Amino acid sequence: MQINFWNKQIETASRDEINDIQLRRLKNIVKQAYKSEFYKKKFHKAGIESPEDIKTLEDIQKFPFTTKNDLRQNYPAGLLASDFDDVVRIHSSSGTTGVPTVIYLSGEDMDCWTDLVARSLVATGCTKSDVFQNMMTYGLFTGGLGLHYGAERVGMAVLPIGGGNTIRQVRYMQDFNTTTLHITPSYLLHIYGKLDDFNTKIEDLSLKRAITGAEPHTEQTRKKLEELYNMPCYNSYGLSEMNGPGVAFECVYRNGMHIWEDGFIAEIINPETGEVLPDGEKGELVLTNLTRTAMPLLRYRTRDLCHIYDSDCPCGRTHRRLSRIMGRTDDMMIINGVNVFPSQIEEVVMNIPEVGTNYQIVLTKKGAIDKLIVKVEIYSKMFSGDASQLDSLNRKICEELKASIFVNPVVQIHEPGTLPTFEGKAKRVIDMREEI
Amino acid sequence: MIKQLNVFVENRPGRVYSVTDILTENEIDIKAFTVQDRGEYGLIKMIVDKPDEARLALSERGFACALKDITAVSVPDSPGNLKRLTLIMNENDVNIADVFGFVVQPGNLGVCCMEIHDTLKQAAVDNLKKEGFKLLDSSDFTDL
Repeated sequence: MQINFWNKQIETASRDEINDIQLRRLKNIVKQAYKSEFYKKKFHKAGIESPEDIKTLEDIQKFPFTTKNDLRQNYPAGLLASDFDDVVRIHSSSGTTGVPTVIYLSGEDMDCWTDLVARSLVATGCTKSDVFQNMMTYGLFTGGLGLHYGAERVGMAVLPIGGGNTIRQVRYMQDFNTTTLHITPSYLLHIYGKLDDFNTKIEDLSLKRAITGAEPHTEQTRKKLEELYNMPCYNSYGLSEMNGPGVAFECVYRNGMHIWEDGFIAEIINPETGEVLPDGEKGELVLTNLTRTAMPLLRYRTRDLCHIYDSDCPCGRTHRRLSRIMGRTDDMMIINGVNVFPSQIEEVVMNIPEVGTNYQIVLTKKGAIDKLIVKVEIYSKMFSGDASQLDSLNRKICEELKASIFVNPVVQIHEPGTLPTFEGKAKRVIDMREEI
Repeated sequence: MIKQLNVFVENRPGRVYSVTDILTENEIDIKAFTVQDRGEYGLIKMIVDKPDEARLALSERGFACALKDITAVSVPDSPGNLKRLTLIMNENDVNIADVFGFVVQPGNLGVCCMEIHDTLKQAAVDNLKKEGFKLLDSSDFTDL
């Protein structure tokens, strides 16, 4: 099998060499983190006197974890560690409780990120001869722009088409001989179902591979996609807090995702106790970004549950591999690739006077597309008796949810007291999507 | 003016039964009713002998309901009357949001119940009377 490298020296470095790079970079990044108000206070509280306290890589365990809540509470610039003039890019989440999580990148940070993405793409076999159709959303979502820049750096011809519009997607695949897709697994499945409608066969296309990400999917789905399209599908991992895509990526062996350990320190912890677990054991992934200077993040709790493979990879890369994400330690839902917390939905519906005290969230699948159904009870005292009131209530909830979570819901209005009530912790989310 | 009771119900078996069961329990007589289908839900619209009591009884049992003022007119049932009625409304620029009608036997009395936007203008009232329509009030309904 042809194995391509972007930076062979680093990708195949010995464990000692990787450790050396990590320690050197960790020292630097801790020093940099000290420049932010947030970390200065946090380190002080944890009893860390100076950045010089780090002597070994194990010393990272003396540092406290950073959480999404820290990012929210210090919005907008509490974690900024460099001069604002050095910032060239700002990415942000939609804002779970009204406060978004924001990430700053300097020009150098962008360069490091782009390089890791380029390395990731080359690991899947991409070369400058490939045509890269980027079907991920552009904008604040890091999946679109992150892969775009990386693919350009590899030298591929990039089609920045974004998501949706299947007719145009298929047409471009044909007209520009697209070889590489960047797409969510569910959209890739969806498109297959439409090919017949466009009188297109897989053989008519020049596809060589797909990069699939932004939503969890099983190995069965990957196998199914690979059989349908007769091409390999590569799993990728990233999160906006760690720049975005390019944290971990599969190589041609598609057997776990190599974590680029010169860019990140990955730890697996017991989510209950915070104790660091050995390779092979399942727990919560904690990441430290080793290169981002505008906004360093140390020991960031991703909430993603997975494990690290402790075996070597036949591709020759020495960077350890991450398993598929097997779940979350919080209640985040992923709806057509978009992260949504039930609390975001609750906040919207409970602020509407015509809505009663109870609501329910149901997730189903229509074809390959996720469908979000939000059921609310009408508040008796606010009912005017008009059907038009109910219609406008429905419209209002749809519009406000769309604006808040970027997902179009179906809203159903119910009689008061008819949705299930709970004693203790409510189970308001019913996920009826079969594992794709 | 007549009070009409509008009740929000989900579109599933047994909902009209539940409403009528509660009304029966409270000895409330339904004089007229219609159901407005809105897909996943519907509105049961009723004219009852004791509207305030009916609303209270249903509210206590968790139903979302409201009383609406409606305009009800009667005229002997014969061809062309609905046309004459709607012509008067049209000429007076009255928009009818919702309407249902029925015929009372014996006597062949046609009754038309209308939810209208705004209040009925005096000109419209005069025209209705001139054309032989009678504006009903709640006591008229008790006698039906």
